Amino acid sequence: MVKFGVVVFPGSNCDKDCLWAAGDVMGEKADFIWHESKDINKYDVIILPGGFSYGDYLRSGAIARFSKVMDSVQKFAVKKNKLVIGICNGFQILLEAGLLPGAMLHNKNLKFICKYINMRVENNNTPFTGECTKGQVIRIPIAHGEGNYFCDEKTLNSLIENDQVVFRYCDEKGGVNEVSNPNGALYNIAGIMNKKGNVMGLMPHPERAMKKELGSTDGNFIFESIVTHVKKYL
Amino acid sequence: MSKYNKANDLEITPEIIKEHGFKQEEYGNILKILKRRPTYVELGIFSAMWSEHCSYKHSKPTLKKFPHKGKYVIQGPGENAGIIDTGTDMAVAFKIESHNHPSAVEPFQGAATGVGGILRDVFTMGARPIASLNSLRFGSLESANTHRLLPGVVSGIAFYGNCIGVPTVAGETVFEDAYEDNCLVNAMTIGIVEKKKIIKARASGLGNSVMYIGAMTGRDGIHGATFASAELSEETAENRSSVQVADPFMEKLLLEATLELIDEKVMVGIQDMGAAGLTSSSTEMAFRGNVGMEIDMDKVPQREKGMNAYEIMLSESQERMLLVAKKGKEKQVEKILNKWGLHAVVIGKIIKKQNVIVREKGEIVADIPIEPLADSGHPFFPLKHQKGVKPAYLKDINIKKSEIKEPEDLEAVLKKLMGSPNIASKSNIWEQYDHMVQTNTVTLPGSDAAVIDVKDRDFMIATSVDCNGRYVYLDPFRGGQIAMAESARNVSCSGAEPVAFTNCLNFGNPEDPEIFWQFEKSVEGMSDAAKALKTPVISGNVSFYNEGPKGAIYPTPTVGMVGYITGSEKRYCKQFFRDNNDVILLIGETLEEIGASEYLKEVHGLIKGPVPDINMKKEALVQKTCRDAVKKGLIKSAHDVSKGGLAVALSECCVTGTLHGEKAVGAFVELQSDLRQDALLFGETQSRIIVTAQREKVAALKKLAVKNRVIISEIGKVGGSRLIINVDWASRKNPKKINLGIDEITEIWSKGVNKYV
Repeated sequence: MVKFGVVVFPGSNCDKDCLWAAGDVMGEKADFIWHESKDINKYDVIILPGGFSYGDYLRSGAIARFSKVMDSVQKFAVKKNKLVIGICNGFQILLEAGLLPGAMLHNKNLKFICKYINMRVENNNTPFTGECTKGQVIRIPIAHGEGNYFCDEKTLNSLIENDQVVFRYCDEKGGVNEVSNPNGALYNIAGIMNKKGNVMGLMPHPERAMKKELGSTDGNFIFESIVTHVKKYL
Repeated sequence: MSKYNKANDLEITPEIIKEHGFKQEEYGNILKILKRRPTYVELGIFSAMWSEHCSYKHSKPTLKKFPHKGKYVIQGPGENAGIIDTGTDMAVAFKIESHNHPSAVEPFQGAATGVGGILRDVFTMGARPIASLNSLRFGSLESANTHRLLPGVVSGIAFYGNCIGVPTVAGETVFEDAYEDNCLVNAMTIGIVEKKKIIKARASGLGNSVMYIGAMTGRDGIHGATFASAELSEETAENRSSVQVADPFMEKLLLEATLELIDEKVMVGIQDMGAAGLTSSSTEMAFRGNVGMEIDMDKVPQREKGMNAYEIMLSESQERMLLVAKKGKEKQVEKILNKWGLHAVVIGKIIKKQNVIVREKGEIVADIPIEPLADSGHPFFPLKHQKGVKPAYLKDINIKKSEIKEPEDLEAVLKKLMGSPNIASKSNIWEQYDHMVQTNTVTLPGSDAAVIDVKDRDFMIATSVDCNGRYVYLDPFRGGQIAMAESARNVSCSGAEPVAFTNCLNFGNPEDPEIFWQFEKSVEGMSDAAKALKTPVISGNVSFYNEGPKGAIYPTPTVGMVGYITGSEKRYCKQFFRDNNDVILLIGETLEEIGASEYLKEVHGLIKGPVPDINMKKEALVQKTCRDAVKKGLIKSAHDVSKGGLAVALSECCVTGTLHGEKAVGAFVELQSDLRQDALLFGETQSRIIVTAQREKVAALKKLAVKNRVIISEIGKVGGSRLIINVDWASRKNPKKINLGIDEITEIWSKGVNKYV
């Protein structure tokens, strides 16, 4: 079984949902990891869940990245080359920790937005999207106030050149345009990964789209991709 | 330095007595209770405990009329929150509360702390909050004050609920001139708890430690309870120090720590320091446990320098709780709090003498017997037995139908209504709330009722908040009945059986006999309906003194209904039309009623009765028929007919699928009736539900209705891209119909309110 570790920071609030998605829905092993833990090497995948770590006071993710567990997550990702996925607040923490490039601005309309959106799979040759097809449209919810991704031009170009842009906001048919961009994110970016491809951050919540009754099952594509990848390569 | 930072042996002058809101007789009783002159701290404690907000002195006798017992009730009114059984190992705790005055003064913090307060009421029972709702009322959508209040209140609710990770799943937002100076912000929270882990706000065990957990005490919110118990005036804006500041992150930590304390069985009772802070939590906990409590001000964690006992006892700083530890478990309590980065401090102990004793710098600064502070049966408790007088405005309140001209252009009326403030989509409001966190929300906001799944158990929860204040204003008794009926009907439309409710009774100044009459009559109406629907009240809140310079608000007894969908199949239903050729049926019948309607207000500019009639027996049967049909899998959608009548309800069935990721769909409807066309299309006759069914299931559905002695009629079918409502009737002299594109209706409905948010 694939072993997922879901980090719990003070103020995390999607931790239980991630545990449910990886454990109950996917049927894999999933545990919580307290933010003061250091030993995380027994896990195959680390999830940094959504929420408001440390109240998101100062700036989203800015305090969480100094917590003890983040030193271990750094090593886990950089030295061990194992998988780390940051969702929403988790993405923000990965940016603050420098594991992914760029920063988050407030949504363009300055309001929190919770709704279903569509995103297009830009790169299906990743551990997180292997079960998707390139160009596939995924229906999935967002829920954030600061999800307006930004980076400088050089960084953006390198993200594009290296195929690090994993998901972009789009319309139902896959059209990427201003109307389909819910928060003003640069280049309609919904999710990116690092160069090595083992660390991904995304603003939308795959763990909320695991069951038909919740409005979509498309989140399964991402979790299934991770499980397949881990079982195959690790 | 706050104006309350005074010496404790201060001379109590008539000005000071008045400032504390006491009537002369009440002050006389204080002297009798203490058999001496009160200290300044004692005066403050009496003032808070005897304020309307804490004492319910005007409402208590009337509230006894509500049914509050039933087979599901585990905990009725009188605790932090009420609790109902689910028939499994789990129970459901819920409550609604107002935060009107703080929100009127400081909308963001006022609304945010309202959400925080009600969440604490639920998790102090041991329940994990799984859903929040809100009921909001503002003045005209066009007014400058609304443009200040609405975004502030909405972002305050979002700030708190989103951060703490409890989905805000349903609500209502109403715009009406009567709320111009006194907006209403009512917040409700539902939690679930294992029955064996329920804990109460009760102090017991002589010598047990009283512990303080959570945020430090500051000077914010001093006398908030008293502030909530007076009318808003021009000077209210200067009362900003009476509004507290919200810290949802702190509360998230408190929530997790509290539930862990309960798991570890280290305490005997816990209460939120809500209105009147340390004063009410200490007094009420001791009162419920028939003990006394001694607390030391020097031990209370303080955020500001130089606070005195008066300020500490009366502060309403947020995110604080008072608990009574089990003997010898203090260290364990501390350990759990420390894990969450919080502190726990022993500030006192349980004593035998049933007094609340407050110490400061070693001296006793207050020593008051608890009974007259908290027991409404005590002879000195300032209970008011008010008499109501029928308001003069009700004399000429009803229209004559013959004087209301039937509109020429029915399409124009429908368009106007679909874009009107109380009917148009509020998606820009509820999309600011995280309504999906916890991954249980299966029916989203913008529906009759929200449906929340409970994982690993054979039940789901359906819930709705409702009140038509205009109905209650025009006819308090019937308006009260309808508030109950509609909230229950919403829940029934989802397929759930309404089980119990909570209420937030928002009224003007109860000392005014006409207001008191509104209060009494609407409570009687609600009680009557509650009995018919077999739904007891299990918790609630009364908010009086909702008045501005121009007078009182509409009487607004908001109902928060909770129901269950049971069985392993968890069959539930949504409100929107689904598939082409599904048959549209109307359960219930339409009468010629246009009084009190949204149509009468929006088109004729009249706020007049008569309020639609309601027969509670019939209502209960209509709801039962709908629930039975869902349970048997006979119907695909169910939507209740309310504001704007049948034509608006049909339009909503066509367009609201878009909120659930479905396509909007048209319908063809033929209404055979000889009623006035405006009454037929836009009248708000009660006890009606629009359902759809596959053709093959219609016969069984009709049979079910007959069995329940309910009228059901086939009125059309789903399909196409237009809503066509044919009221051409052979006998009519002036045949007309509605024929509008669904895209056009969607556009109007989507923009009416959202463009302002």
